[in-house]
Amino acid sequence: MGERIERLLQRHKARLGRTAALDVADQVAIRLEDLAFSYTNQPFIANFNLEIAAGKITSLVGPNGCGKSTLLKLISGLTIPSAGHVFVHETPCLSMGNKERARHLALLPQGPRPPMMSVEALVAYGRYPYQRGLRTRLNAEDEHHVAEAIALAGVERFRKHDVRLLSGGERQRAFIAMILAQDTEIIILDEPTTYLDVSACHEIMELIRELNQAAGKTILMVNHDIDLALRYSDRMAVMVEGKLLHTGSVDEVLASGAIEEAFKVEVARFPDTERLAYTLFPL
Amino acid sequence: MSPLRGKSSTLVATVAISGFLVLVTGAAFFVGSSSVGFGEFWALISGGEIADSARSILLNVRFPRVLAALLAGSALAVAGAIIQSVLNNPLASPNIIGINSGAGLAVLLTSSMFVGAPYLQPIAAFGGALLTALIIFAISLGTNTSRLTVVLAGIALSTIFGAGMNAILIVNPDAYVGASTFLVGGLAGVTMGKIVWSAIYVVGGLVLALLLGDKLNVLSLGDTTAHSLGMHVGHWRLGLLGLAALLSGAAVSFAGLLGFVGLIVPHMVKFIVGHNNRIVLPLSAALGAGFVVFSDLAARVIFAPYEMPVGILMAFLGGPFFVYLILRNRRYGDG
Repeated sequence: MGERIERLLQRHKARLGRTAALDVADQVAIRLEDLAFSYTNQPFIANFNLEIAAGKITSLVGPNGCGKSTLLKLISGLTIPSAGHVFVHETPCLSMGNKERARHLALLPQGPRPPMMSVEALVAYGRYPYQRGLRTRLNAEDEHHVAEAIALAGVERFRKHDVRLLSGGERQRAFIAMILAQDTEIIILDEPTTYLDVSACHEIMELIRELNQAAGKTILMVNHDIDLALRYSDRMAVMVEGKLLHTGSVDEVLASGAIEEAFKVEVARFPDTERLAYTLFPL
Repeated sequence: MSPLRGKSSTLVATVAISGFLVLVTGAAFFVGSSSVGFGEFWALISGGEIADSARSILLNVRFPRVLAALLAGSALAVAGAIIQSVLNNPLASPNIIGINSGAGLAVLLTSSMFVGAPYLQPIAAFGGALLTALIIFAISLGTNTSRLTVVLAGIALSTIFGAGMNAILIVNPDAYVGASTFLVGGLAGVTMGKIVWSAIYVVGGLVLALLLGDKLNVLSLGDTTAHSLGMHVGHWRLGLLGLAALLSGAAVSFAGLLGFVGLIVPHMVKFIVGHNNRIVLPLSAALGAGFVVFSDLAARVIFAPYEMPVGILMAFLGGPFFVYLILRNRRYGDG
């Protein structure tokens, strides 16, 4: 336990003072261009422009109902925009077939339905975008990716267990293993820590950081917990009522006052202790 | 892709269900109200001497009946397993959500309008079943639609179609030979001529269904996850419901409104082997076939010399099971 805390401290210290601006050196993984969407006649998301940096962790935050999840659905092709474009590595998302898109971009929805199958079986379905025809038998390459995903997500210990019988954190790891088996460069997570207790939350966020640092994944996530988003992200995008309020590195977003404006809170940062932490006070 | 409950339970279930199927199918040939018994049955399959009357009973009465039971049971059980997965609703089955009644109404309409065209009946049944499946699918797509709402919508559709069927039979009592048996589901009086067209649809549908277990497994992960994996969720949901409609419609066209096989059998199979559809579908086909043959045999023997349509026995078994499922569903708070 002591060793684990020590490791966490070192990692947080290393992050202090690091900036992550989307400058010329950054590759763009996802680009949203004049994106618009409406559920009724009223536009819900309008003229939305955003670039998601490759190889970084970007958190999308905003008050409830501001359109975060809708934006993820638009990016992942689950919802068709009424105007504008989504580019994945400069390829229009809508021009890709479903399976082709699933080879570039994996989405883990919020609170995915736990299936009555083993973790191993679930992870194997991550290879679906690479399989043709009706059968989904794994070939050697699939087996390799499944084994790698199981190791990377740390689910070996319960690989034979039924997903429904796992704890919240283990279950989320199992689903993360499934999207890792998809072998995509971009991973999109909708509220990955929903329903998790505080230690499982940090465990999952640590795993996400590991995927970013060790496996080089571009991560885009919606996060309702601002403290977690601030601690674990390189960049943030703050949304209010379907519009982008501010985007930039965590420090830039903090300095801009966008979080205060969007959530009507005051952010207090504690950089003077050994551990970086944020607390939000209502205004 | 290991199933939930391991290979051993799958193996035991496969052996047990196959054994049951062979046993009841054999018994259905030599048990019955006439004097044809095991000796005659054995003589027929071993090429021994057999009286013409016994041969005729075995080949022209019992063989079509057993074949009809096998086809109807496997088709309805597989249709039930597909519908439960596609709608993510353990309470759904072809009879509960009105697919059987839709098919039944189409069969009665066709048989009263086009006399002497038995090949039209499975096609009409498929059309009726498909239309009902589409209505139910559209209802299930609504936000905040609970599982019980889908079931209640199915019961409402069944009532409307039932009224339609009764109206046809009152106006034209000769629309369908053995209409009362048709309405509860029964296999008395089936002939090879009556089932041959439907058999083609059932066998084709079953082969296709057995290839689609993995697609159903991916769908069971939920729409968003399945989509994220690259599946055309809407296409597959519709296609699979169409397949379930084909299987149910084909079964209804010769067995009538046989209920509850599609509800009970998939649940029994899932209870033993878990939810992997690659295993659930073939075992449902085998157990469904055995279950209907057994129930038909029981309905013939228990009430002898009277012959009870098998659908009545099924309803006695299935009704309480359905109530149990509703109560269980409510306990889990997802009714």
